[in-house]
Parts: sequence; structure tokens; C-alpha cells
Amino acid sequence: MTVDTVQHAAETPDQPQPFAELGLKDDEYTRIREILGRRPTDSELAMYSVMWSEHCSYKSSKVHLRQFAENPPASDAMLVGMGENAGVVDVGDGLAVTFKVESHNHPSYVEPYQGAATGVGGIVRDILTMGARPIAVMDSLRFGDADAPDTRRLVAGVVAGVGGYGNCLGLPNIGGEVGFDPTYGGNPLVNALCVGVLPHDRLQLAQAKGTGNQVVLLGALTGRDGIGGVSVLASATFDDSVDETGKAAGPSKRPSVQVGDPFTEKILIECCLELFDAGLVTGIQDLGGAGLSCATSETASHGDGGMRVDLDKVPLREPSMSPLEVLMSESQERMLAIVAPADVEAVLERCAKWGVLATVIGEVTDGDHLVITWRGEVVVDAPPASLADDGPVYHRPLARPDQAQDALVADTSASLTRPSSGDELRDTLLQLVASPELCSRRWVTEQYDRYVLGGTVLAMPHDSGVVRLGDDTTRGVALSLDGNGRFTRLDPHDGAQLSLSEAYRNVACAGARPLAVSDCLNFGSPEDPAVMWQFAEATRGLAEGCRALGTPVTGGNVSFYNQTGATAINPTPVIGVLGVIGDVTQRVPSGFTSSGQHVVLLGDTDDELDGSAWAWVVHHHLGGRPPEVRLDAERALAAVLVEAAERSVVVAAHDLSEGGLAQALVEACLVGGTGASIELDGDPFVALFSETAARAVVATEDVDALRSLATKHHVVAKVIGRTGGSALSIDGLFDVGLEQLREQSEGTLPALFG
Amino acid sequence: MPATTRVGVVTFPGSLDDRDAARAVKAAGAEPVSLWHGDATLLGVDAVVLPGGFSYGDYLRAGAIARFSPVVAEIVAAAGDGLPVLGICNGFQVLCEAGLLPGALIRNAGLHFVCRDQLLRVESTATRWTSQYDDGAEIVIPVKHGEGRYVADATTIEQLERDGRVAFRYLGGNPNGALNDIAGIRNEAGNVVGLMPHPEHAIELLTGPSVDGLPMFASVIDALVAV
Repeated sequence: MTVDTVQHAAETPDQPQPFAELGLKDDEYTRIREILGRRPTDSELAMYSVMWSEHCSYKSSKVHLRQFAENPPASDAMLVGMGENAGVVDVGDGLAVTFKVESHNHPSYVEPYQGAATGVGGIVRDILTMGARPIAVMDSLRFGDADAPDTRRLVAGVVAGVGGYGNCLGLPNIGGEVGFDPTYGGNPLVNALCVGVLPHDRLQLAQAKGTGNQVVLLGALTGRDGIGGVSVLASATFDDSVDETGKAAGPSKRPSVQVGDPFTEKILIECCLELFDAGLVTGIQDLGGAGLSCATSETASHGDGGMRVDLDKVPLREPSMSPLEVLMSESQERMLAIVAPADVEAVLERCAKWGVLATVIGEVTDGDHLVITWRGEVVVDAPPASLADDGPVYHRPLARPDQAQDALVADTSASLTRPSSGDELRDTLLQLVASPELCSRRWVTEQYDRYVLGGTVLAMPHDSGVVRLGDDTTRGVALSLDGNGRFTRLDPHDGAQLSLSEAYRNVACAGARPLAVSDCLNFGSPEDPAVMWQFAEATRGLAEGCRALGTPVTGGNVSFYNQTGATAINPTPVIGVLGVIGDVTQRVPSGFTSSGQHVVLLGDTDDELDGSAWAWVVHHHLGGRPPEVRLDAERALAAVLVEAAERSVVVAAHDLSEGGLAQALVEACLVGGTGASIELDGDPFVALFSETAARAVVATEDVDALRSLATKHHVVAKVIGRTGGSALSIDGLFDVGLEQLREQSEGTLPALFG
Repeated sequence: MPATTRVGVVTFPGSLDDRDAARAVKAAGAEPVSLWHGDATLLGVDAVVLPGGFSYGDYLRAGAIARFSPVVAEIVAAAGDGLPVLGICNGFQVLCEAGLLPGALIRNAGLHFVCRDQLLRVESTATRWTSQYDDGAEIVIPVKHGEGRYVADATTIEQLERDGRVAFRYLGGNPNGALNDIAGIRNEAGNVVGLMPHPEHAIELLTGPSVDGLPMFASVIDALVAV
């Protein structure tokens, strides 16, 4: 095999190079030539193409993401902020948690099982890289219409992939969400979150420091899978085109999807945690998108010198791989460790114990270049920062699409026919309960292990997942993952804030104090000014919202190019909020479990039905303005919920979101297996189905104590009924038995996908 | 006062519920002892738990590789001499592969992994692991598996039923299509028990649906103290 060496590149400056095919623009290619003072080698070109891809470089989003870091809310909990693999938050008792949500949308469309599986695997390694033991995962999924022809393939594959990987890895899946909308038909969303726990002194950073320290590759063999994943898949739009053989373009991209091996990841986790505990590594980075290219250039860039890597040392699955392929491979379950020479033997021994392959492939140098050799010749010689940190930054043009957006906002739900009689309201409730939008997610969540590791205190269908941080502590964390693409479509700024509000509220409902945020921002093409406007508005809204709620963004992920042809998905910021709960025995579940308790609605209700589940499910309508954002009210409500939990004033709490009070009551009754009798004031339709923010329904035995808490925080508390019986009764309007509700709610997904 | 009962918990590469099994052993009042798959020694433990998980990834067939590990060879020999052995989920699969229990566990009838709180009936209390239950007791224990459908030839099933060797049976819905709703079985001597449900995840109400799993670990302590 002849190879394009640095020397050869210097001698052949005019050799044409396929930079456009690799996704690089003319001016980007020119800049690479300027940085190197010559044309790049094939390997260098490949590395720049992946490192400067949208996925790795955040070139379109960087200018907007800065506001999360530049003006964060006051918080004394942040140990590591944005920029590392995941943010780290102090939770007390010498413990810290790290969490992050990331997308794997494009691979999951091309190959649902492996795409989703490796999405879980990738985010778990990000958490491990921080020195943390991963303790739970969550997933946020979006698909096209539930009855669309391709949805079944995607749902079955993605759910099996998330489950297959997480179950085999031994991480409980504690919650998440599933949504359906035609805009995701050709571009499903698969966002996975992982949370891990670490003692403060085990924190690891992705840096290669110390001249002479050895670069050790841990884990799986390197193969030809996933080559170009970040550039071919994640940073371009699927079009409707067919390839030369007449097949749809999607399947032809299948070789760019990685293949997961959760067993290898499991032993890699146990092995790395042993290495961390023994203090045997000075820096660590996972190999994810862009593989070795990314891990070597990032660790070298964040170190204090250069790095030399010998590609001949990399254990290969296929010996015929070219240096370019070795550098680009996204083979899963690999980590790069920086190890002092004296510790190398100990590292290799521990890896052997776990059956983890470990190979020294290079060392930290006192130079300032990343030098990569193959068969004795230099194929890469570049400043690592130029790859990892100094990629292009774009101020993409953005423009509110006035005509279309004005028309959307003007088309309110006011003209839609509303149910009014008891029978009509009952039918509407049943229609919503059985809809794919709101029905029980049990068919999905039963495919996920929620028990493994023994720390799961709450999992779906409760408002948040709550995990105890260890056997010898009562301290725990609560997590919720929420996004509302329809609200965000109607108003990107407010929609992002409403998604944040919902996740924040869910965490508080469980009795945990919301502490920090991780976001996964799923949008269409950044080259479309209208999409860029959505993105700018959403990030601005999110940054403002996080300041108002006092919850800093610790990290996350941007996924662009989520569109099919010219049609972008609904802009979908998925927000993960992490809260801390000092004593997990005080957690508050979401279901009504015993009779005779007062049902209390916290928060005001207005007539806010635009963008609601009712408008969509019953009328297939999306238009108008989303519900008003009420950040102060969210904060006050959370204060009431958290204090009520700490003082054991409430026995159940459930947030009101999609489907309003009606859906919240149905879920509380079904989850706890106890009915309720409810009396409504005012327009019963608005009371039941409006989606006004900053509300929750709680069950309590001590109304006075709850009222005084609510008064203290200026939250409206209204007793609306009592728990008990085997039906949900709306006084004077209708009754519906729990058995019927359960059939309606639980029958839908098995009928569609079972 | 007898010395504390020592219960070994085996860790294969890919074991997942090993720390949970150890926690349950401790909650029941015994001392958990970690056993490594590659070591041909049981460290003198009084009983052994083979925990849930995906030993060696289970890519070939659940439990098929684990049965050849050095520690399992020791367990097979010691079980013949009466050592109490409990196989949970993957551990049950290993026991069947190793020939300590008859039959096999195959892919769930529904083809999906199933995680749910499962109602069971205790069918045999004449074992080292079930003596603390009442005969016919109904208990709730989580199941979580993709390959938990118990099958065996008709003669074996008939024999198991006739000899009262079905230890646990699914009630209120069979999660995996197992023959005769069989959730767990025992060997003739009653020292070896295998079941698909996870008693180690039903030891405290905070993290499990019940505390119905605890008697399983308490039974073996009881049995050993009585000896």
C-alpha cells in the first residue's frame, strides 16, 4: 500500500484532494493549507474533515453556546463546567455527579438498533471519562407519526438497541420520553443521557501532560466500522435521493454506523474504574466520534506538549486498514489513557485481569505537534489545537421567517370545536389517554432494566428517575429529560424555556432540589437562516431560563441537519435537569396509592390550548402561541414541592404538562392504582385540558401544612378533590373506571408495535 | 453462637447483579464473599450465589461460556457434596448449561426483554433457599430478562412436577412463555435452586417492589446454622 506521507505532500503541492467529498468547504481547505504551510496528507485531510465537522467543532453553534458559559447563574455546585466531556456537580458528602445528554439521531435512522445502542455506549464512556462510575441512563426519543409505515421499524429497533446495550451493560434506565410527530418521520431523534457518581478526588481530565508519559489504547480492536460517522452522517442532511443502484441513500450510509459490544464496554468500565482508583492514569479520553483523530488531538491540545503516535501499534481487526482508516474508525468501546512510564506495567496487568486489551501506541513529547507515523513514515504532523480547538467558527446568517411564522402564530386554536357536555369531555379524555402522544410508555420501558445496581428509588412512570448514590448513603439524585418540539416550533425562545421548566418541575415533584442542566439541541440545517433563527432564539431562551432558575448548563450536545430534504424537524431542545435529594427515603412518587387523601392543585390555570396535546390529537392542529413561560412561578412551585417532600407533607406529586390536569390525574390514578373524585371550577374543558405551566397536582393528608407552605411561597393551592375508589370521577360531568383507563392507556403501543 | 455464614457471589466478566446479590446476602445477615470466575477456588464459603448478568457477553448462548470457567467446575463438584447453590437469571442459565439443573432457558416468547414486578407462587419449600417461605406463598419479585423461557422435554417436565421440584411458578401472567409457568426449579437434593426472577432486587421497599426476596437469602443461613 502506498501512503501519502508528509514528505510526499510537501513535494506534491498541486495534487488535487477530495476535500469537498469529505465535507470541507473551499475556505476551510485553504485554511488547513495555511496552518500546515503545505497541502495536508490524506490522513491529515481526513482528520481535519472530522475534527472540523459540525458534530465535533460546533462551528455553527459555538457563538450561541457561549452565553451558557459567559454569564452562568450563580451556583457553588459546579466543579467542572462546559468544555470537558461532561460537567461535574458537587452534591455534598465529598461526592460529585456528572451527567450529560447526547444525540445519536442520524445513525439511528440508518441502522436503528446499532445506532441507538452505540448512542448509549458513547454517552456512558463520556461519563466514565470523568472518573465516574455510570449509575443510570435515560433516553428521549422522537419518531414520525405512530402509524406511518417506517415508524414501526424505527421504534422496534431503537427501543431494542437502547435496551439491549443498557441492559447488557448493567445500567438501570430510569426514565425519559417518547414522542411522535410527522416532522421526525425521516429523521428520528435518539437522545441518551447518562449520570455517574465519583468521589471528588477521582476526577479525571482529558489531557496529555508530562513529557515521556505513555499513550495507552484500551479496549476493543479497531476496525472499519463507523468511518466518517461524524462527517458523513451527523453533519449532513439526508436527502430524498437514491444512489446509483436505485436504493434509498439511507442504507448506503450503513457502513458509517458503528457496531456496539456492551460486554466489552462493561469490562472496560470496571477496568478503568480500577485504574482510576489506583491512581494509574494522568489523563483519559474516550474514543467516540472521529475515533483516534479526536482522542489524540484533544488530549494533546489540552496537555502541555506534543504527542507522537505509532499507528502500527494499534491493534486492528482488519490488518489491511490504511492509516486514514485507522485514524477515522469509530469502533466502539475504546479509551485512550495517558500513563506515567513507571505505571505502564501495572496498567497492563490490571487490564489483563479484566481481559481488556491494552497497548502502548505513543508518548507525550516536549514538542508542539501531534506526529503520527505509519510504517516508519510520518503521515500526520500538525498542531493539535488546530484540529481540536481552533476549528472554524461561523456566524451563520439567521432570519425569522416572518411570513410563515406570523401565519403559524395567527392560526390559533380559538376556532377549534371544544367539548362541553360531560360525555364529550369524557370522550376527549379517553381519546387523549389512548393517543400515541399520551398513552402509557410501558411497552417501551418494560424492555429496559430499571433494577440493576440496586440504587433505583424511582423510575418511569414517575416524574423523575431517582437514584441513591451508594449503599452507605441516603443521598440521591433525581433526573428528568423533557422537550416539547411543538411549543418550540411556535416560539423557539419560549418553547426552550417551557422544556426547561417541565424538566425542572419534574425533578422538584420527586422532592429533589434542581441543581444543573444538560441539553441536547436537535435542529434542522444550520445553513437555513430560519433554522438558525430557531437555534439562536432557543439558546437565548435557555440561557435566560437557566439564569432565572439558578441551574447552570454543564454541557450537552448540538445536533444539526435533522431534516429530510427541505423540511426540518420541529426544533427540539431536550433538556435534562439534575436535582439532589438529601434523603432518598423522602422521595415523592407520582401515583395516588391510598384513599381519603386530599388532591390539591398547585398553580394558576389559564385558557392556554395552543400547541396543546388536545389541539394536536383531536384536531391535528398546531398554531398560535405556546403557554406563557412562568419562571418565577416555577421556582416558587419547586420550593413548595421540595419543602413539602422534606417535611413529608405530600404523599404524591405529579406535574401538569402535555394533556393538562386530565392527563395528570389519569396518570396519578393509574400509577398508584387508586381513583379520585374531583370537583372543578369554571370552564371544565379549560380546567382539564389547558397546558398552563408551573402547575402540579399533589396528594396530601395535611392540607393546612401544605397551604401554609404554598402561602409562604405565593403559590395558589386549591383543594380539588379526594383520592379513593376505582374510578376517576369529575363531579357532575363524568366517571371513568380505572380498568377502562388502563386498557385505553396501555393498549396503544403494543397494538402499534408489539 | 455459630460463626457468620459466608456466602460466595461469583463475578464473571459481564456479571451485572453481583453487587446486588452481595448486598442481599448482607441484608439477610450473612457475609458476602466475592468469587472470581478465573479462580478455581471457593475460598471455603458455605454457599454460593451465581448472579444475574450477561456472563462473557452471552453472545453464543446464555451461560454457555460461563459453565467452562474454573470457578464453575469447583461449584459443580461442591454442589454434588451438598453445597447450597442459588442461580439467579443468568446464574440459572449457567446452572442449566452446567448440568446441575435440567432443561434450558430460551428466548422469551414475546421476543422482547421484559422487566416487570412479577407475582410468583413458592411451590417448594423443601430447599436450602426456600425454607423460610410458607408453602404456596405468593410473592412479588422483579423479572428482567430476554431469555427466560424455561423449556425441557416432556419427560423432564413431568418428572419435575411429580417430584415437586418446581420451586417457583409465575402467577398473573407468564412473562416469557415458560412451560407450565415455571419460574424456578430445584435439584433432587434441594441444595441447588435456579430461578429467573431476581430476589436480590426485592430486599427493601425503597428500591424494590417488596421485601419478598429476603427470605431466600435468610433460608440458606437458617439451613446452614441448623446443620
